[in-house]
Amino acid sequence: MIGISHYLVVSSALFSLGILGILTRRNAVNVLMGVELVLNSANVNLVAFSRFGSGNLQGQLFAVFVIVIAAAEVAVALAIVLTLYRLRRTPNLDEADILRG
Amino acid sequence: MSAEAAIFYVFAAITVFSGAVVVLARSLIYSAFALLFTFFGVAGLYVLLGADFLAATQLLIYVGGILVLLLFGVMLTHKLYDLDLRSEVTQFLPGIIVAAGLFAILSATALRTRWAVGPGRPPAVTTAEIGRLFMGQYLLPFEAASVLLLVALMGAAMIVRRRRDA
Repeated sequence: MIGISHYLVVSSALFSLGILGILTRRNAVNVLMGVELVLNSANVNLVAFSRFGSGNLQGQLFAVFVIVIAAAEVAVALAIVLTLYRLRRTPNLDEADILRG
Repeated sequence: MSAEAAIFYVFAAITVFSGAVVVLARSLIYSAFALLFTFFGVAGLYVLLGADFLAATQLLIYVGGILVLLLFGVMLTHKLYDLDLRSEVTQFLPGIIVAAGLFAILSATALRTRWAVGPGRPPAVTTAEIGRLFMGQYLLPFEAASVLLLVALMGAAMIVRRRRDA
């Protein structure tokens, strides 16, 4: 019988992988992929609690809002990455040190 | 093992394995295509959880929109003759310690806590009810989300355009 903890373990694995990507990658686009993994794991949690919890649809509605925020986030973040690339000719985050004193 | 459990384990394996490929692959293109399979796996989990509308939304927006946008980002931030598209890894050991510790803590919490499982919601068609909730009880967040999308669209266009005067 698949219960709620199965889904929670899968989503925590996805969350940890996303955090690993955010921490260890130099390329900004790859870091954004890690952020998408984290948002997806949060969505799995919301839908799982909506399915096994009190039985209403609020978790799924929150998941829809998370998808909206993810779309807005990735659009703005890619615009920033493209501007950085135009300015410094690199997609690597540790070379974006223009503001360093 | 029931059919539901078998399907769950298949989708969970697809999701976690391709998520690991996203994080660990050497090439950015491999990461992007592994992300496609991760999104498919998560959509399968949504179907298993009885969220049919959300699974379709996941495929349409993540696979059709966000993944294509990320591929544009990959292509636009590399020179065209730069074929290998390397993505270097930095501070790997601290990162993997933090991630493994997080996974241990989170999964131990998920397994040990006695979750307040309610009556649950057996899988049923959800689209009509979601639409009714959006147009009724959740109208204000719905409109705020649409304004947010508009602002993000205009902001992205403003950030990325070439300035004539500067």
